[in-house]
Amino acid sequence: MSEITKEQVLHVAHLARLAITDEEAEKMTKELDAIIGYAELLNELDTDNVEPTTHVLDLKNVMREDEARKWIDREDALKNAPDQKNGQFRVPSILD
Amino acid sequence: MSLFDYTLKELQEKLHNKEITVTDLVDASYARIKEVDDEVKAFLTLDEENARAAAKELDEQGGDNPLFGIPIGIKDNIVTKGLRTTCASRFLDNFTDPLYDATVVSKLKDKKTVTIGKLNMDEFAMGSSNENSAYFTTRNPWNTDYVPGGSSGASAAAVAAGEVFFSLGSDTGGSIREPAAFCGVVGLKPTYGLVSRFGLVAFASSLDQIGPMTRTVEDNAHLLQAIVGHDEMDSTSADVEIPNYTEALKQDVKGLRIAVPSEYLGEGVSDEVRESIKAALKVYEDLGATWEEVSLPHSRYAVAAYYLLSSSEASANLARFDGVRYGVRSTQAENMIDVFKYSRRDGFGEEVKRRIMLGTFALSSGYYDAYYKKAQKARTLIKNDFDKVFEDYDVIVGPTTPTPAFKVGEKVEDPLTMYATDILTIPVNLAGVPGISLPCGFSSEGLPIGLQIIGKHFDEATIYRAAHAFEQATDHHKQKPALGGVKG
Repeated sequence: MSEITKEQVLHVAHLARLAITDEEAEKMTKELDAIIGYAELLNELDTDNVEPTTHVLDLKNVMREDEARKWIDREDALKNAPDQKNGQFRVPSILD
Repeated sequence: MSLFDYTLKELQEKLHNKEITVTDLVDASYARIKEVDDEVKAFLTLDEENARAAAKELDEQGGDNPLFGIPIGIKDNIVTKGLRTTCASRFLDNFTDPLYDATVVSKLKDKKTVTIGKLNMDEFAMGSSNENSAYFTTRNPWNTDYVPGGSSGASAAAVAAGEVFFSLGSDTGGSIREPAAFCGVVGLKPTYGLVSRFGLVAFASSLDQIGPMTRTVEDNAHLLQAIVGHDEMDSTSADVEIPNYTEALKQDVKGLRIAVPSEYLGEGVSDEVRESIKAALKVYEDLGATWEEVSLPHSRYAVAAYYLLSSSEASANLARFDGVRYGVRSTQAENMIDVFKYSRRDGFGEEVKRRIMLGTFALSSGYYDAYYKKAQKARTLIKNDFDKVFEDYDVIVGPTTPTPAFKVGEKVEDPLTMYATDILTIPVNLAGVPGISLPCGFSSEGLPIGLQIIGKHFDEATIYRAAHAFEQATDHHKQKPALGGVKG
């Protein structure tokens, strides 16, 4: 059944925006393989005619008026930021 | 006799008759923390100056509601305005000034409770032992070699140790009930949607619920009453009529129909736990309730379905921790994508990374149908099991955990063994129904054993009724751990 490879783990780590070392990738390959292997227990179930459950309650879309409301001001929004400048979050350059 | 020997009702009488003040209660709380928290290690952050000022103000104002002036602890994944909120993660180590209160915190402030501090947990609520905290491992007050459970381990331990009168925890796959069982306190996971999740740092949004942790069932009902209700800030919060939970306690359990799933007393459940549950069923018989064995045939698939679904949701929810708007940013990164990658590498612990990876994998192209969607279908089958049993029975009763607390370090090496700890609590979250854990005995090693009572959607009242009747017929809840040389 499932055989997770180190290459897959490195790819998933990139998708998840996690930097991992080669050593960590090897450890995680084993662990994920064991967990996924266990999860394949679900293949015993015949689910052809079963609807998936995304939510247990009958939820309806909740709508509200599209109007501006006071929430937090700019100064507050920035006060926990690792870096800021001129009232904005500052990050390294996105384009080379 | 310490103030912690009284119920909320008794404390309110004493406050009302001016035998004690709110300041006395807050003093007692901090004194007890100074006495035992070196051993228990429940608190990540204390808010002593503000709590004492609030107590003084409340003493001047006066007031009477069941929660007035009561010192509480709050799990550190529930946002508190101006009070450090870390989720026990290095990523949020510097998140000292949150901008708003979670809805449950605002509701408790309206009831004039006093927040003593923030309680340790498994990082981002991922864990069953508190060993995944990035800071330190909270200990079980009954024996500090043992874990308090998780992820709301410190919320349970602080109540059991008499550091606060009650606390708030959160439960995604058992994170209130398992530690309540391990620490010998009462913990309720409400029906999904009953309590607003606004301000609860999201782990798995279709499963997470905040709930009360207390010494007694009656206290638990009072605390739940204060935090329930529709909230326009949480679009999954249910707009349902709220019953009077403490009124429900007055009813007896004559004629109550109890279902006992054979899967919950089977393989993996220790003899001592099984015997305690059988003794509990005998108590119910004597009280006039009836019980029959039933089957929840898809129980064995719950852990696998849960880890795929909760990790998938977590991988999406934790994408917000990017090192841009709050939290710790890696100083090594020179471009944007490395800010994300390095900050998350440095900020997240091993278990959190493992689950993000599992979830990202299960949602990734080519695997979505085989894993994520398959797990959602398994969830339907598990939910149907509960619906079917509840056609003929009022509550489901069984153990909360297969064994009492295990030793610190015993299960850290093997994620799958740790995950199996929650085998009896996870199905409840998948079905979205409410469940409580309350003390029903002790192991030969003196560790508490928890009785789990599961109810129909939004039928917390019947759970409380059943739990209260059992509690009042027994004295397990009156036992206290010996800590700091003095019984709490």
